[in-house]
Amino acid sequence: MAINFSKKPGLVIYFTAGDPDLETTREMALAAIDHGADVIELGVPFSDPLADGPVIQRASERAVAKGTRLADVLVICKEIRAARPEAGIILFSYLNPVMRFGMEAFAKAAKDAGADGVLLTDMIVEEAEEYLKLMHANGLAPVFLAAPTSPDARLKAIAENSQGFVYAISRVGITGTQTELASDAKGLVERIRKFTKLPIALGFGVSTPEHVRAVVEFADAAVVGSAIVALIEKTPAEEAPRAVGEFVRSLCGGVKTA
Amino acid sequence: MKREDLLHTGAHKINNALGQVMLARRMGKKRIIAETGAGQHGVATATVCALFGLECVVYMGEEDMRRQELNVFRMRLLGAEVRGVNSGSATLKDAINEAMRDWVTNVRTTFYILGSALGSHPYPTMVRDFQRVISKEMKRQILEHEGRLPDVIVACVGGGSNAIGAFYEFLPEANVALIGVEAGGRGMALGEHAARFAPNGGGVPGVLQGTYSYVLQNDAGQVAATHSVSAGLDYASVGPEHAMLHDSGRATYTSATDDEALEATKVLSRTEGIIPALESAHAIAEAIKLAPKMGKDKIMIVNVSGRGDKDIGILTRELDLSGDVTRKVSA
Ligand SMILES: Cc1ncc(COP(=O)(O)O)c(C=O)c1O
Repeated sequence: MAINFSKKPGLVIYFTAGDPDLETTREMALAAIDHGADVIELGVPFSDPLADGPVIQRASERAVAKGTRLADVLVICKEIRAARPEAGIILFSYLNPVMRFGMEAFAKAAKDAGADGVLLTDMIVEEAEEYLKLMHANGLAPVFLAAPTSPDARLKAIAENSQGFVYAISRVGITGTQTELASDAKGLVERIRKFTKLPIALGFGVSTPEHVRAVVEFADAAVVGSAIVALIEKTPAEEAPRAVGEFVRSLCGGVKTA
Repeated sequence: MKREDLLHTGAHKINNALGQVMLARRMGKKRIIAETGAGQHGVATATVCALFGLECVVYMGEEDMRRQELNVFRMRLLGAEVRGVNSGSATLKDAINEAMRDWVTNVRTTFYILGSALGSHPYPTMVRDFQRVISKEMKRQILEHEGRLPDVIVACVGGGSNAIGAFYEFLPEANVALIGVEAGGRGMALGEHAARFAPNGGGVPGVLQGTYSYVLQNDAGQVAATHSVSAGLDYASVGPEHAMLHDSGRATYTSATDDEALEATKVLSRTEGIIPALESAHAIAEAIKLAPKMGKDKIMIVNVSGRGDKDIGILTRELDLSGDVTRKVSA
């Protein structure tokens, strides 16, 4: 259990947990790991996903409507950990469900569920003192988001306070699929490198095998979210794990190399 | 009464829109976006954009577009594009989500004129500072007319901008009681009101839209739907400075129901000849409850945050005035 991108191409796969249902999320995560995902981001659905485009908004709405709770996501996290001891697992959430659960209780529960790290979209590094203490006390890697608009001083703070990897946002804006990779992306990754030796994963808009190949030329890993969630949206639940596995394999370009 | 309803465009919102558009111009931004609930902030923003020749896009929940139809037309007449939002409960919270998504996507060219004292820093303090003129004027005028400070100030609280503006200059004056009035809606069940500070059935501290404050939510941390007859008070969270004033006890917060606000609208219209906005009518309702308990020599100022023209459609549906004669002059 560790965050490790030593095999190429490095790949992080995002799921909105509970869409279409928790059991299918678990099976899809296992399929993604078996076909080349290095890290799984398990997204806790939220009523107001500010940083997300329409695809993940719809998935969150479906999962919230089904009553998916943070506590349920922790349960499948633990099951995935038990089934795949080597995989990297990050819990992804907006702040509010975590605060309602209780930050300290959450940190302990996340550790207990076998998560490697936590990414809270609206937890900003400037306000993170308490959060960071709890992450450190429980051996969890805090992952922060870095945007192309962030000045160097902020990138430095983000890089220095992240563990596991730094999540670089490929463009200004929200999540969603796109046809072409933003030109901002490479410059941002180079700017972050000045401040850290951590791996850098690039996400937002990374949608196709071509994108993944282009991203790992300059970043350590690609994060694919909306493209996976869109695939799940149009696939019947019972076929989704197989479809996700195949898509992840195609994102890796067939095989991963050491 | 502090008559913010007399401002151009009909509510206190223009104080803030003017301030922020000056900042946008200074920053060289050519495109302006805004969210709106009741439509007053949208109209104020569309107005300042017309004045300065700026592109203007206003996000508005589709439910609010329906119930504040007149303001939708006013915004369009002023040259703004109104974009309907149908996610969530299609009200103010959802419009803010969509405006924030637009903002982060177009931040290099676009300035977001946020309409209340909420959102991420520096909006809560910036909006408060632009609305602070309300209490500056109150203080000067009451000293001129009465030679002393008021005993009570009452204001309605949606996101909290007119209330924080009405309270701010009086915060150090411990003898001036500050009362914020939230939307009590149809009752205290979750989803039926927007009374974030209600002791039973109210919000709990959380983070929504970049603000740490009281948030109406379920026990899984999902933000709750809200209801109010007034679109401008129909919001699940509240400006963070009000949360602080609530916790410190410096201000107190109460609520008025839909029915009380409607009745207050009627009373103010018929006793003073002023038709208030339904938002402001919540403050009037509290004033009507409070006044009989106060001595004749006491001074209460009610902030009339806006005028009620925009609400005539709702009032036509909610109030039956047929055969309702209130004044007869005997021969
Ligand atoms: C007339 C009027 N009063 C009050 C409000 C509530 O907003 P705030 O609490 O920010 O003053 C609105 C919002 O639309 C409004 O139009």
